[in-house]
Amino acid sequence: MTFEIPDDLRFLESHEWAREEDGAVRVGISDFAQDELGDVVFVELPGEGEEVGQEEAFGVVESIKAVSDLYAPVSGTVSAVNEAVADQPELVNDDPYGEGWMIEVDPEDADELDALLTPEEYEEQIA
Amino acid sequence: MARNPPLAAAHEANGARVIEFGGWDMPVEFNSIREEHTVVREEVGIFDVSHMGEIRVSGLDAAELMTRLTTNDAVGTAVGRAQYAAITDSEGIMLDDTVFYRLGEEEFLFVPNAGHDEEVEARWVEHRDEWGLDCDVENETEGWGMFAVQGPDSPELLDSAADSAVSETSRFAFTETTIEGADCLVARTGYTGEDGFEVLCPWDEAEAVWNALECQPCGLGARDTLRMEAGFLLSGQDFHPEENPRTPFQARIGFAVDLETEFVGRDALAREKEEGPAELFVGVALEERGIPRHGYPVVRDGERVGEVTSGTMSPTLGEPIGLGYVRCELAEPGTQVAVEIRGEEKRARVESPRFVEGV
Repeated sequence: MTFEIPDDLRFLESHEWAREEDGAVRVGISDFAQDELGDVVFVELPGEGEEVGQEEAFGVVESIKAVSDLYAPVSGTVSAVNEAVADQPELVNDDPYGEGWMIEVDPEDADELDALLTPEEYEEQIA
Repeated sequence: MARNPPLAAAHEANGARVIEFGGWDMPVEFNSIREEHTVVREEVGIFDVSHMGEIRVSGLDAAELMTRLTTNDAVGTAVGRAQYAAITDSEGIMLDDTVFYRLGEEEFLFVPNAGHDEEVEARWVEHRDEWGLDCDVENETEGWGMFAVQGPDSPELLDSAADSAVSETSRFAFTETTIEGADCLVARTGYTGEDGFEVLCPWDEAEAVWNALECQPCGLGARDTLRMEAGFLLSGQDFHPEENPRTPFQARIGFAVDLETEFVGRDALAREKEEGPAELFVGVALEERGIPRHGYPVVRDGERVGEVTSGTMSPTLGEPIGLGYVRCELAEPGTQVAVEIRGEEKRARVESPRFVEGV
C-alpha cells in the first residue's frame, strides 16, 4: 500500500505533519497514521492561545479501537484550531493533509522545523 | 510466538490488518470497522474466530464433570442444545465464560475463550481425577476452525452453503451438516446481538468452508463494537480473575447460573444471590464529547463509584458508549454519573448494558 506524502511538509516520527504557511505552522497527522488508526471518531484539541512545546502532547485522536496522543512539531502558541474536525472527526480519514488538519501554531522558533523528518526520511520510516 | 488460525495466509492476502489477541494473530479489520459493523447489523458478515478454544469431554461422567465445573446444568441439557455458562472458582469468581454443546448423552464440546484452552483443560483434568470421574478430556483447539456468520441475512447464506436446512435450527441449538464436503457443527449462537450461526469445521478444511460462506469478512474490531452494543462480556476485559474479579451475578449473567446444581463456587454464589451483589454491570452513555475506555473511573459527587471496562463510539447509535460496573444503588438506568477522562469529568448516565436490542 502506498501512502500520500506531500513534499512541502515535515514530519515527526510519531506521524504528525507540519506545514509552514505565512509564518504559522499548520499541524495534522499523516495519511499513514490515519490509515493505521482506522475510523477516527474523536479528536481532542487545545484552545487558542495555549502554549505547546516541540514533541510534547497537545491533544488526542481516538479511533474506534485506539487512543493516541498528538505531538506538536514545533513550540509556540496555538493560533487556530480546526473546529470542523471536532464535529466531523472522519475528516481526518478523508483528507488528512487538507480539511483534516488539527491546529496552527505561531512558532517561537521556525528553525525547529529543520530538525523534523523530510518527506524522504518519513517515507523511509513507514516503508 | 503467537498461534495462527488456519486461514492466516488467506486473511493476509485479503488485506486484513492483523493483531495479537489471546496469544493468536487474528484479523482485526478487513475494510473498516464501521463498515464491517454495519454490514452485520443490516446484512451478514463472517468472522474468523478460530482462536476460540475447543475442549471435548466424553465418557460416562462427562455430563457430571461439565455440571460441576460450569454454572449451568449440563446434566439437564438436551442432546443438540447449546448452553452459555460461567466457569467459577470456589469464591464464585469468574475465570472464564463459555458455551458448551451437548453432542451426545456422554459427549460435550465446549468453547473457552482465546488463550484459555490449556488452563481450562488442566482444570478439567485435575478435577476429574480429584473426583474420580470417568471421562476423557481432549483439547482440540487446533483441530477446529471456527467462524461466526452473523446478521439478518445469515440464515439464507447458511442454507445456500450447507447440505441441509440449517436455518430450521432454533436459537441455542446446533445441527451437524456438511459444507463443501466438510463435516461441520453449526450452532445458532453468536456474540453480536444479531441472529446468526457459529460454524465449527475441521482445521484442514477451514478454507473451503470459509470460501463457501461468501460474504463480507469482518475482524475482531467489529466483533468488539457489536458485542459492546449488545452488552456482552469480553473475558479478560469486562472480568478478570485477578485484575477485575467478578461473579456472574455482578456481571448480570445470573440466567446462566443454576443454583439447583452442585458446582465449584455454588455456595458463594447462593450467598451473594441472597444478599445481593455490591456492584452491577451497566451501560454508560456519555453525554459530552469523549469516549469512555477500559479503566476510566466512574464518579459521582467527586467520589469514585465504579469503573468502565469497555467503551467505544457506537457505530449503530453514533454515540460514545461504555460498559462497566457501578455500586448497586446507582445501577438504575437514568442515574446521572460522570466518567473521568484524562483527569476531566464528563457527564454520563447509567443505561442498560443492552444498548442495541437484537435477538
